Amino acid sequence: MIKIKDLNIHLGEFNLHDINLSIEKNQFFVLMGPTGAGKTVLLEAIVGLVSVKSGRIIIGDRDVTRLPPEKRGVSIVYQDYALFPHLNVERNVTYGVGFHRIDKDQAAKRFDRLTRQLNLSRLLRRHPITLSGGELQRVALARALMVDPKVILLDEPLSALDPTFRGEVRHLLKKLHDSSDVTFLMVTHDFAEALSLATQAAIMDDGKIEQAGNIQDIFLRPCSSLVADFVGMKNIFSATFKGTRALAGNLEFEIARKPTNSHGYIAIRPEDIVISNKRLDSSMRNSFKGVVTAMSDQGFSYEVHINVGDITFKSLITKGSLFELGIHEGVEVFLSFKATAVHNF
Amino acid sequence: MKREPFFWVTISCGVIILAFILLPLIEMMRAPSVSMLGQTIKDKDVLRSIWLSIYTAGSAALISFVFGTPLAYLLARTHFKGKQLIESIVDLPIVIPHPVVGIAILSVAGKNHWVGQLMAELGLRVMGSVTGIITVLTFVGMPFYINSVKEGFEGISPRLENVSRSLGASMFSTFFRITFPLAWRSMLAGIIMCAARAVSEFGAVVIVAYHPMIAPVLIYERFEAYGLKYSQPVAVWLVALCLTLFLILRLVALPRKAQV
Repeated sequence: MIKIKDLNIHLGEFNLHDINLSIEKNQFFVLMGPTGAGKTVLLEAIVGLVSVKSGRIIIGDRDVTRLPPEKRGVSIVYQDYALFPHLNVERNVTYGVGFHRIDKDQAAKRFDRLTRQLNLSRLLRRHPITLSGGELQRVALARALMVDPKVILLDEPLSALDPTFRGEVRHLLKKLHDSSDVTFLMVTHDFAEALSLATQAAIMDDGKIEQAGNIQDIFLRPCSSLVADFVGMKNIFSATFKGTRALAGNLEFEIARKPTNSHGYIAIRPEDIVISNKRLDSSMRNSFKGVVTAMSDQGFSYEVHINVGDITFKSLITKGSLFELGIHEGVEVFLSFKATAVHNF
Repeated sequence: MKREPFFWVTISCGVIILAFILLPLIEMMRAPSVSMLGQTIKDKDVLRSIWLSIYTAGSAALISFVFGTPLAYLLARTHFKGKQLIESIVDLPIVIPHPVVGIAILSVAGKNHWVGQLMAELGLRVMGSVTGIITVLTFVGMPFYINSVKEGFEGISPRLENVSRSLGASMFSTFFRITFPLAWRSMLAGIIMCAARAVSEFGAVVIVAYHPMIAPVLIYERFEAYGLKYSQPVAVWLVALCLTLFLILRLVALPRKAQV
């Protein structure tokens, strides 16, 4: 549905380099990355709001690289919703209809369906200034879908919302996606959000795509320390590799796959590290003895910092286990993890 | 603010400034008798000059509206090398002494310059004509319009325009359906500023066109020829009419401001 080939954009402050991306029809695709990575610029390039230096953008079967935004069939929903303040909800939602050759009956049906689906029926006469964040969001979605776009771009649609609303809107996005054949491309900071919504994803940094593909793969097998850090692998150590062994600091790790490089990084998820009072007799190939140096309350769980030699591991354990094991600062513990839990790149 | 010495300093400075502005104006308004005011407004020369002042200032504002709006939009929406230079050029008429403006315009409109020759061929005369007055007033008033409208455009998020275009509207449709309805109040404010500046112009006009006489020139002439007493009633009428006009325009512009 969307194919981006060798896209280069130079905007002075923000530049995109050699972006290649392929998104299937009706997919829910997520674009992630730190602030300033160029995610919004990429969205605006797909809509046609920034000029492209080289490369091509193809939507459906059409090369739209040189087409103006109004001819692309791409709707955008901004983080601040960008509703037209001088028009009421109904006129906001129907704004785009007049610019498309849409049959009147069909437009009316679509309007009814969207207002019902997004629960807007009682808001139609209101002006944007009188609406709450969640309501603004729903109006913006209805307006974008009313013109039956091929692609809808969502620029961090959940970040401006109250956390209690987020789950609701996430559910709504999923429903909207499932009930239409529109391709969704969403920018987000939040990996958990991405995991719950999308099947495919790309991680951007510094104007480049760091990794793209199946979201589970990215989560399980990050290809760089940046991606690893982004997907929540808090234990990242520089290492040298020898066969299926990795040396980091003065520790030796067992890894599952033999790396192709001799120097690189290893990464372990905090939730994959098991803490115990005694050395465990198990199939876990990595086991070390260390000292607890810090603990921080994370709500339902604790993040425990354990020093082993000159390396500090971060492990996540439940409050219950914390009390059961009698863990406090200064206590000696054992930590173990599987060879497959050690990711290398 | 607490009633400390600082508070009293701010209050007294405020009172001094208000008195400084209002006292001369009130004294001038009070000076002529009602019968004198009545007599003055029946004077055809006075009526003609006040009408000419309003008409030429209005024309200057209209020209600024037509030609200034696109430039203001460009300055509000784009960043390019030399933008500051263009902004300084737009502001130039504000800082140039008024007679110098008149002299500068005459030096282009004269017979020795190709612009003047072209205008003569088209049958347009600047020296001593209404065209000349409107030219001068547009010159001095335009910056006020452009700056006000530029600020108005800057206050409208470009994202609104982006969304409009992504929904299928062309740039023209977007401007007329989104940008214009959101910016018209700042345009009206700009028109008021521009017209107000134009109505008060004297120095540049007197060089380009002493005749036909706009109100400030007539007031000056009456002051020179007959003294303060005879110039005051004309001044009162000019101030009164202009204030009423601006008040009406502001009333049209302001009531709905709170909504958007």
